[in-house]
Amino acid sequence: MNDTAKVVPGPGRSRYTPGVIPYAKMGYWAPDYVPKDTDVLAVFRITPQEGVDPVEAAAAVAGESSTATWTVVWTDRLTACDAYRGKCYRIERVPGSAEQYFAYVAYDVELFEPGSIANLTASIIGNVFGFKPVKALRLEDMRLPVAYVKTFQGPATGIVVERERLDKFGRPLLGATVKPKLGLSGKNYGRVVFEALKGGLDFVKDDENINSQSFMHWRDRYLYTMEAVNSAAAHTGEVKGHYLNVTAGTMEDMYERANFARELGSCIVMIDLVIGYTAIQSMAKWARANDMILHLHRAGHSTYTRQKTHGVSFRVIGKWMRLAGVDHIHAGTVVGKLEGDPAVVAGIYDSLRETRNPENLQHGLFFQQDWAGLRKVMPVASGGIHAGQMHQLLHYLGEDVVLQFGGGTIGHPMGIQAGATANRVALEAMVLARNEGRDIWNEGPQILTAAARHCQPLRAALDTWKDVTFEYTSTDTVDFVATATAS
Amino acid sequence: MRVTQGTFSFLPDLTDEQIRKQIEYSLSKGWALGVEYTDDPHPRNTYWEMWGQPMFDLRDAAGVTQEVRACREHHPECYIRINAFDSERNFETVRLSFIVQRPTIEPGFRLERTEAAGRNVRYTLHAYATDRPHGRRYGGRET
Repeated sequence: MNDTAKVVPGPGRSRYTPGVIPYAKMGYWAPDYVPKDTDVLAVFRITPQEGVDPVEAAAAVAGESSTATWTVVWTDRLTACDAYRGKCYRIERVPGSAEQYFAYVAYDVELFEPGSIANLTASIIGNVFGFKPVKALRLEDMRLPVAYVKTFQGPATGIVVERERLDKFGRPLLGATVKPKLGLSGKNYGRVVFEALKGGLDFVKDDENINSQSFMHWRDRYLYTMEAVNSAAAHTGEVKGHYLNVTAGTMEDMYERANFARELGSCIVMIDLVIGYTAIQSMAKWARANDMILHLHRAGHSTYTRQKTHGVSFRVIGKWMRLAGVDHIHAGTVVGKLEGDPAVVAGIYDSLRETRNPENLQHGLFFQQDWAGLRKVMPVASGGIHAGQMHQLLHYLGEDVVLQFGGGTIGHPMGIQAGATANRVALEAMVLARNEGRDIWNEGPQILTAAARHCQPLRAALDTWKDVTFEYTSTDTVDFVATATAS
Repeated sequence: MRVTQGTFSFLPDLTDEQIRKQIEYSLSKGWALGVEYTDDPHPRNTYWEMWGQPMFDLRDAAGVTQEVRACREHHPECYIRINAFDSERNFETVRLSFIVQRPTIEPGFRLERTEAAGRNVRYTLHAYATDRPHGRRYGGRET
């Protein structure tokens, strides 16, 4: 046998010769590859280092986020390595940019552990983000195949069941975050909760950094808050809630807090994004098992979502959180004090609330996404919004959203109850007018003025904040526009 | 007090004209209108009495307002609400629900507190109206 064996030089042989060869030649650049319906797809914004070929940079991203290392390894040949490689199948220049490229990468679904955001992200945003040949790298969007979506629980409660439990239909929900966010004692804190709920809000909220500090330990906050919630329910005949933040240093502490919240009859608990993906999935599982709505505050996200060149787009974080199983997620206001381009926010809201998203580049959605019956996440709009913007908020954000007016409730000149009432009246008046077929975008201010005739608190709110806007240029914007402008 | 359940309870009571416009909006969305009434306003009282089944085949606002009128005549001292039901996949739930009649006097709720272990308190919401039997809950009038 040996004497008849021949060594045939060819692509197979040279591919595995020890040494370093370009990623593009290792199989990670596959321009002819047609993505399968079952593939996980990702699109990255790549800024190659000067002198680095964009195709090579894109192939390197595909490689480093899947099977590759910097040099050839013979052990690849012990595997069906062609199937395991991430494949960059398309690369295009970012419109209007000389140095940035969109690289589309397909991954076989078998690369990922079922039901684990930690595993998915360890690949997709793992080592690859520190890779030297790219100056900057941003994960813009992902397409999660139905087969993979179905391995996740999804939102513990979802929009439909949340509304049924709360008995609140046909309008956005109203909330507020207790201010000042630090320093109030449990008893004083509960006062703010009671006033805001009795005045007309549906929810009040702990802020992200209210956990268990010397001025207010968590049990004290929970006890006083639930007195406020129940008392407000008795005054109004409505279901009321307060997002009790269960964020803590360990999973054991979080479970202890969440169980106490349940024991006290709270309908909702809250976590911060900084607890990490696995902890979020654990809390979602707990929430599903305990009939609890799970609110997620996106603390920390701006460190990696805001700049367009590097990091992870929030639309991807939103998709991961829908898989992970949260019911509420802060997702932008458009008009408030925090970052939020209208088109970007619309795309994020769609991916949280729709059952199927068509590709929509103008809204930053690079792929079609089928959510396969996964429940819908309620987006939360919070940060620098007030009653005078109600028509804009309803126009941009629609009905299935929690509008949170913190300063816009607690800072009201006539007090917290009045602030809450102003927001509720403004909201109901605007929904009524919209349903009647009025053009709320243009007639909004008149609709609010008319509603204020029977509501002095609304009049005072409109007078106090009438000129407050936050008109700054967004840093996170979409790259595709509907029509080219003549210039 | 004023029970503020429903989509428009913070506004002055809707006029018949305003009610008609909300019904027309719901019909334009393809939702089925239903009329429900109760004399138990507890927020966890999910199942109000149905004034007939949801009107899945009715596409005319006048037909709905007629049912509201009839329900009001039979139950002048009850809460009456209109629900708009959406049977679209992934909703299959109420999309709009608003009160169109209230009792003359709304006595409200008592909050009962039962002290439990530690500093825990068990809360129970009790509607004063339900101290009386069905039919005699509001002003003793037949409802």
